[in-house]
Amino acid sequence: MKDTWFAKIVLFINSLVPLGLLGRDGYHHRLGANPLEFVTRTTGMLTLIFLLISLAVTPARKITGWNWLTRFRRMLGLYAFFYGFLHFVTYVWFDRFFNLKSTAEDILQRPFIAVGMLSFFLMIPLAVTSTNKMIKRLGGKRWASLHRLVYVAAAGGVLHYYMLVKSDTRLPVRFAILLGLLLGYRLFVKYQSSPPPPATIRSIPR
Amino acid sequence: MLIKRPYDIKSSEITDKKVYLNRRLFMRGAVLAATTVATGALYKRLNPPPPVTKPREKLAEVQKSAELAGVPPAGEKLTSFEDITNYNNFYEFSTDKRSVASEAEGFVTRPWTVSVEGLVNKPKRYDLDDLLKIAPLEERVYRFRCVEGWSMVIPWVGFPLSKLLEQVEPNSQARYVAFETLYDPKRMPNQSRGVLDWPYVEGLRMDEAMHPLTILASGLYGEQLPPQDGAPVRLVVPWKYGFKSIKSVVRIKLVEAEPPTTWNLQASNEYGFYSNVNPRVSHPRWSQARERRIGEYGMRETLMFNGYADQVAQLYAGMDLKRYF
Repeated sequence: MKDTWFAKIVLFINSLVPLGLLGRDGYHHRLGANPLEFVTRTTGMLTLIFLLISLAVTPARKITGWNWLTRFRRMLGLYAFFYGFLHFVTYVWFDRFFNLKSTAEDILQRPFIAVGMLSFFLMIPLAVTSTNKMIKRLGGKRWASLHRLVYVAAAGGVLHYYMLVKSDTRLPVRFAILLGLLLGYRLFVKYQSSPPPPATIRSIPR
Repeated sequence: MLIKRPYDIKSSEITDKKVYLNRRLFMRGAVLAATTVATGALYKRLNPPPPVTKPREKLAEVQKSAELAGVPPAGEKLTSFEDITNYNNFYEFSTDKRSVASEAEGFVTRPWTVSVEGLVNKPKRYDLDDLLKIAPLEERVYRFRCVEGWSMVIPWVGFPLSKLLEQVEPNSQARYVAFETLYDPKRMPNQSRGVLDWPYVEGLRMDEAMHPLTILASGLYGEQLPPQDGAPVRLVVPWKYGFKSIKSVVRIKLVEAEPPTTWNLQASNEYGFYSNVNPRVSHPRWSQARERRIGEYGMRETLMFNGYADQVAQLYAGMDLKRYF
């Protein structure tokens, strides 16, 4: 695909559509009886969705052979961070009213808040090092290993959702299954492509 | 490299550059518009349905409660009818609070019977109309505090549960009252999913059940109770978390031992039998110190027994409320 520039614009605008509609519904008071809960839930959900889509890029590329897919990965990852940031701000603003002490207490008191917070913080270094300059500065290998943190962030995000639900765990479990498939594919590829070390070496006792 | 000019194509046949660029621009615009609309449609599809705002039949002869003057929440603004009827936890229909109203639309509540049985001298199966004639229907404005950290002020219409219990004459062994919601997956579609152990069951201690604040409600804002709020008849215990106020009741049984309750069976470390509103005992996922009143953006301090301490605290004198949460 040569026309990456235009495709990126399409992706960029489409990724903003949920935020635009959320804003419009908010403006018209159509977010239900508890608008802040709805905004929190929606931004959280979008964070997980964008995390999963960005993690789907590599498996999709390997399966289809469409290497150009990689060019969208950064934007998808940054959108995951962007929605995660909105989710975080909604909580700190409207649930804690920027009260640091009460936020800290809440993190200690409610494990699911701690897990969510940690997952969000793990995404910060990834967003910061997402520019071409930073990739060069860190060097491809180090950059890649740093960005493996996204696996932890995504797993933490899904766990955060699972812990929060009262009894209907269908959705968080679906997210977990999808994430398991995406990460499982990576493990599968890794162990299939690297030949096992010769048995003789392994059997030497040390 | 030799490039031959294609003399066989007349210059008049070559697409004008302007037209070519316009077509490309048009195509791009179309792609952008189509994908945006598709994404928007997907977002809308995943969103909860719009609120249901159907007026219900007016209830005749509802009187203001005289004996309860001075009971909270004096002077607090009532939550709107639309919010009370479109933000419901009623897992029998949906686990999404904003979807319950549309899922419960058309729920048939007639004929309906409530069986009152167990350790009583006069067990009876009440037809709904007879049940609602036991005592005059009165309006009761109560605070409603959900365990999830939000609250409302609701003008219920109902009568004290004690009036019903007095009719059936509990015997001396009866120490608890057990309640049961209808079990009918055809009419309550989410019951075919194993989200909770169906039917939904709840319980009160005898003195809690006999307390004058405890009512059976059949109306809201002077109208018949809508299905999503527990039609045709539900329990309301204003000093306990909302899930204790069981909806669409079909059975009331007087028993000797503490009866099982649904959320306690689901997670006994999170939901106790008593579940009195208590800002000092926090739930693992919701601090109970504060609450968001529906319709407001700030937070309110949660009050002990939801503000009904003067009326009910004596029921729990000497009890460790951290242990019996």
